[in-house]
Amino acid sequence: MSSTHGDTVRYVRDTMLPEQEPPVTSTGIIGWGRENLFRGPFNTVVTIVSLLFIYYVLAGVLPWVFQSVWFADSLGECREIATATWGESHGHACWAVIRERWLQLLFGFYPSELYWRPILAFVLLLVALAPVLFPWAPNKLLWVSAAYPFLMPWLMWGGTIWSPLLVAVGFAILILGTRYLSEMVGSLGAVILATLAAVVWWLFLVGPISSALSGALPIGLEAMESRDFGGFMLSILIGVVAIGCSLPIGIVLALGRQSDLLIVKSICVGFIEFIRGVPLITLLFVASTLLNIFMPPGTDFDIILRVMIMVTLFASAYMAEVIRGGLAALPKGQYEGADSLGLDYWQAQRLIIMPQALKISIPGIVSTFIGVFKDTTLVSIIGLLDPIGLTNAIRADAAWNGIYWELFAFIALLFFIFCFGMSRYSMYLERRLKTDHS
Amino acid sequence: MTALTEPPKESFRLSMLIYDTRYRSMTIQVVALIGFMLVAAWLINNTIVNLNALGKPVEFGFFTEPASYDINQKLIEYDNQDSHMRASFVGLLNTLLVAVLGCATATIVGVLVGVLRLSSNWLVSRIMAVYVEMFRNVPVLLWIVLAMAILIESLPRPSAFRGDEPDATMKVFDSVALTNRGVYIPEPLFTRSLGNIHLFGDSALRFDISIDLIVFLLILGGSIYAARRITAWANATQERTGERPRIWHINLAVLFLPTIALLAALGFHLGYPSLQGFNFQGGIHMRNSLIALWLALSLYTAAFIAEIVRGGILAISGGQTEAAAALGLRPRRITSLVVLPQALRVIIPPLISHYLNLTKNSSLAIAVGYMDITGTLGGITMNQTGRELECVLLLMLVYLTISLIISAVMNVYNNRVKLVER
Repeated sequence: MSSTHGDTVRYVRDTMLPEQEPPVTSTGIIGWGRENLFRGPFNTVVTIVSLLFIYYVLAGVLPWVFQSVWFADSLGECREIATATWGESHGHACWAVIRERWLQLLFGFYPSELYWRPILAFVLLLVALAPVLFPWAPNKLLWVSAAYPFLMPWLMWGGTIWSPLLVAVGFAILILGTRYLSEMVGSLGAVILATLAAVVWWLFLVGPISSALSGALPIGLEAMESRDFGGFMLSILIGVVAIGCSLPIGIVLALGRQSDLLIVKSICVGFIEFIRGVPLITLLFVASTLLNIFMPPGTDFDIILRVMIMVTLFASAYMAEVIRGGLAALPKGQYEGADSLGLDYWQAQRLIIMPQALKISIPGIVSTFIGVFKDTTLVSIIGLLDPIGLTNAIRADAAWNGIYWELFAFIALLFFIFCFGMSRYSMYLERRLKTDHS
Repeated sequence: MTALTEPPKESFRLSMLIYDTRYRSMTIQVVALIGFMLVAAWLINNTIVNLNALGKPVEFGFFTEPASYDINQKLIEYDNQDSHMRASFVGLLNTLLVAVLGCATATIVGVLVGVLRLSSNWLVSRIMAVYVEMFRNVPVLLWIVLAMAILIESLPRPSAFRGDEPDATMKVFDSVALTNRGVYIPEPLFTRSLGNIHLFGDSALRFDISIDLIVFLLILGGSIYAARRITAWANATQERTGERPRIWHINLAVLFLPTIALLAALGFHLGYPSLQGFNFQGGIHMRNSLIALWLALSLYTAAFIAEIVRGGILAISGGQTEAAAALGLRPRRITSLVVLPQALRVIIPPLISHYLNLTKNSSLAIAVGYMDITGTLGGITMNQTGRELECVLLLMLVYLTISLIISAVMNVYNNRVKLVER
């Protein structure tokens, strides 16, 4: 066979040719450009139009950002310098206002010698969150997380250290009571007794004991008024408190909404739908004008605390819906599996349902976080000095009357960094917690 | 002798309320109900005691008293001698106005951006991604005040339009004036108008509807119906005979001729704004507060809608498109028959919930002084009368009603498009 073949065909290649390089036009930057920017005439036109658009935007923005005045004491001086340097006063940013007021935009009217307190609180927040956020964080940091809810208010508002300590003791009573009383009076009785004891402790004993202790041992920080709070510190404070408190409340509401108990279910549905049906601003009106009316006569608690309560309620309704979505997305077999293992309702929730449901709802939870953080700017409408409220205060100063863009750009940039960072983190978390193989 | 023994009659013990699962849920519910009612009663009692101490028991009489404040942007006639109720109604219409405008714009921009984000052109998809991230990650209130500042600071004053060589000129064939006091656009006028219908007599809810508008809408609706019937007839003919009759010119005539004839009969013309004295007269005046709110809300919401649209299109797997192509469908019919119906099922529910968000966010109008329901009922009326409880309750009720209506629409839609699983 091969011989006949050899007669007719003069040459047969018996080795592979080496692979040739792909043509220059289909690799590297040229190939990428042909693939993504200049595929066909229409695509090319679109690319050129986009480039023109980008040029137009950048030509407007970049000179404003970079040909700018950093050192001046007033807007008028800024304009003089701009005119002297570039010939015209328009189209040049006056960053001097940020240079002069950035601390105020961050901390409001908090006294500058005490800035270490909010900064420490913020750093401790990151430490407290570390065990939740990053898998490589040592577990011992969880003690910081547990102490943080009592430490943070003390750092921010100051006052005697005894009140937060004694409130924490109340929680200790609650936890230890449920654990050790259950042998004597059964688990349900233990919960009821411990709760009663803790409530009595908080309502009637913390106040007198704390004032007695602080009289004997005056350890504490200088007390701060809420009206000095402002700037991003206020936004982060309200946001963190609302987010931190809304997660447990949201879980309870979601479970209530999913439950078979008709009355519990209708109370939860009514609450969630009511809160979700009204704008946050109306709830803030409630905080600023009505909340004191709902409380026993003579109660007059702090406006920031009232705002925190309402924002927390607002966030919990949204959180409840997100978590309900996670619960609904769990396959029915998980519930049945938990039942067949003989777990009771709370055990099943704690060990089987919630870990999975919360994992499914992470994107939703984080976007609720971001939404709440952005919504904290609404407090400027009821007169609190969050960053947007502060811009009005700064503009009220004769030196900076009429300045808008620089302040808005600075605030927008900070919000963008926070929110964008959170959304990226949620994507990372989603990937990390992903256990299926699709 | 009977083999059956009666089971021992179990006597009811009090502890069964807790330990017997048959009764436990009952116990929990009763305890929850009692707790809820106790808390509610405590709150209401506090409120009554406090309000009595302040000397203003709950009553809604203030609602019919003269409001004695002006509203500059209004859809219906109103002056400061009208009641607070009338003012709130004007505010409600303003809320609905900005909500409808905002939803329409946000949908158009959002769908466009969402589709363009999937563009194969790298540059276009990047630009759209930057737009989406920029708007999503900055508070909407900041966008609203920023838009307001841009309009006030960068647009020319009306006086700049004066003179032989003015600094500013009107846009779009001299018909639209962009000034720092607002935007003036032409208004439709009729020389042989049919007049108005007065609704609700002399009450606070009275308003006028133009008969011209009603007739116009009726005729337009009739034309669209007729055109659809013609298309259906053409389809049927094609099914029967295999040949499609040429109908596009008939459809065009049916759609446009009657309305054009009507407009001509009514003497339709545009009233252009013109500079008189210190300000523009004539035309429709849209104040800066409305424009700023509209722009900011729609661009902000559009960023979210873009993500929904993108997600919806991506959710339809490539296999669906390929299968449709394998059946021999052309690209346009693949989109309209296969991809869109499935994508819409994913897109519509979150889309409607963003419409709801936009409507609720429109309450931020108060930051730029647009007189929506929050600005009238929850703003000036509340401050003037000092009736915080009543005003906030009514305000919440209004928003709750709007929300529930939108949710009801969403539920109806969801039930219609729900996948029927076997």
